[in-house]
Amino acid sequence: MNSTNKNLKKTDIIFGDCGCSDSGKFPILADAIKKDPDLIIDEIIESGLKGRGGAGFPTGLKWKFAAVQRNPEKYVICNADEGEPGTFKDRDILLKVPEKMFAGMAICGNVIGAKEGFLYLRGEYLFMLPKLNEILDKFHVGIKELGYDFHISIRQGSGAYVCGEETALIESMEGKRGEARNKPPYPVAEGFRGKPTVINNVETFVNVAMIQKYGVEAFKKLGTQDSRGSKVFSVSGDTPIPGVYELELGMKLSDFVDEFGDGDTKAVQVGGASGFCVPRKHFEDTIIGFEGIPTGGSMMLFNSTRSMYNVLNNYLEFFADESCGQCTPCRVGCQQLVIGIKAIKNGEKEAEYLDTLLKLTDSMKITSKCGLGQSVANAFSSIVENFKEEMIY
Amino acid sequence: MTEEFVLVKKLVDKYGTDREALMPILQAAVAEKRYLSEAIMNEIADQLDISPAQVYGTATFYTFLDVKPRGKYVIRLCKSIIAEMKGKKEIQRAIENTLKIKTGETTPDNMFTLLETNDIGWSDAEPSMLINEIPYTHLTVDKVINILNDYRIK
Repeated sequence: MNSTNKNLKKTDIIFGDCGCSDSGKFPILADAIKKDPDLIIDEIIESGLKGRGGAGFPTGLKWKFAAVQRNPEKYVICNADEGEPGTFKDRDILLKVPEKMFAGMAICGNVIGAKEGFLYLRGEYLFMLPKLNEILDKFHVGIKELGYDFHISIRQGSGAYVCGEETALIESMEGKRGEARNKPPYPVAEGFRGKPTVINNVETFVNVAMIQKYGVEAFKKLGTQDSRGSKVFSVSGDTPIPGVYELELGMKLSDFVDEFGDGDTKAVQVGGASGFCVPRKHFEDTIIGFEGIPTGGSMMLFNSTRSMYNVLNNYLEFFADESCGQCTPCRVGCQQLVIGIKAIKNGEKEAEYLDTLLKLTDSMKITSKCGLGQSVANAFSSIVENFKEEMIY
Repeated sequence: MTEEFVLVKKLVDKYGTDREALMPILQAAVAEKRYLSEAIMNEIADQLDISPAQVYGTATFYTFLDVKPRGKYVIRLCKSIIAEMKGKKEIQRAIENTLKIKTGETTPDNMFTLLETNDIGWSDAEPSMLINEIPYTHLTVDKVINILNDYRIK
């Protein structure tokens, strides 16, 4: 990418060649397993790395919580159930640099004391299986030569967005309906098979491997105080250059739009259907990062020819499809939102009914069991409040 | 021995009889038969020693674990907002006209089933679809018709 915007800082850490798997050897791993696990945890905490799946939990702390558990049986799970609308960055990581991800998982295993890891691969990405298995075979040979005992297996998803929620993912791996569990207990204490489990996103594991490769200081130089490092973005919609881009966190949305927009961008949906819609008037004062609007990477651009009603309707139908149905606020709430906005559009309900629906999303936010139902309010309120006329007329 | 017994026995030998084996067994059965018949689900329940309701409940939770008869090639057309913006409806009409079925239906020769699905991870290359597990991207009307013709003579 030849950036025309000097405020947009490109990086090439995630996809860059780091000699990570040269001749089947894994030098990062070889160094990491010789290190004191506590030191690695301290380094990851010090780096400021936060989970790259969207929720942004500090990775080092998660590992520390799992490491202190006394249970001799622990697990590492890589969450490759990338299902957020507009997200496809893990697809490219899995296709281009899976060795880095496997190395990150093995480092995690060594740090928390787990002998077994799993890659939970979404059903939509099954076409990658033959290649991934081939790489995994080499990886197992490589780590055996290092005298390190860690095995990774691949488990498949079967088309359920909610399984990206970590406890739903665990239920699915245990052969059940992917219904989220009550938290606490968190997976670091009671996860897969009831044992301490670290679940991280694909990109998070790659970041860990890269922190080991380039060092904490190099990582801390990227991004801002609250949003350390770089992030892989999935850019789609009304852009002349859709694709996967690695950028430093903490940029202004206006700089992002300058680079990727088509000159007529009216809104950007940051973080997918479960994220927030930012209208043009707020591009300048919106920061992409944990101090502003965080994102798992999904950036969908819409220009002035697009109906934001259609956008919202599409998101709501998505949520209604994907709600697992176990808790009432999410199951009934999603259905009623779809019915509700259609009724307003068709003139069967007054415009004021939007306020009732906004109250419904507030209730869903407080009372839904997992992130799916809780986050419907994000897209709903940010689209409805910024594009009210489009919802009504 | 029924056909179902033989298939499930083969899968149980590979994946075991723990509850954890249920997903891989269901996935493998779908890969082989394109859908889970009542007879197969009952057989799985029997050999895993769990209730058929547990098997059915799990299977119906997952979009890709079909419990209705499907064609040899299951087409899942992405219906995300980006796909819609990039011309998904036109592609859908082309597939429907070519196969002479509506979305949700299977061709009389049991070759193709056309379904819609949520985001399949190709928003940078919409319109997109899966045929069984293979993704096809940057679809145009001509391209999708050619793809279907290729599958017809496979």
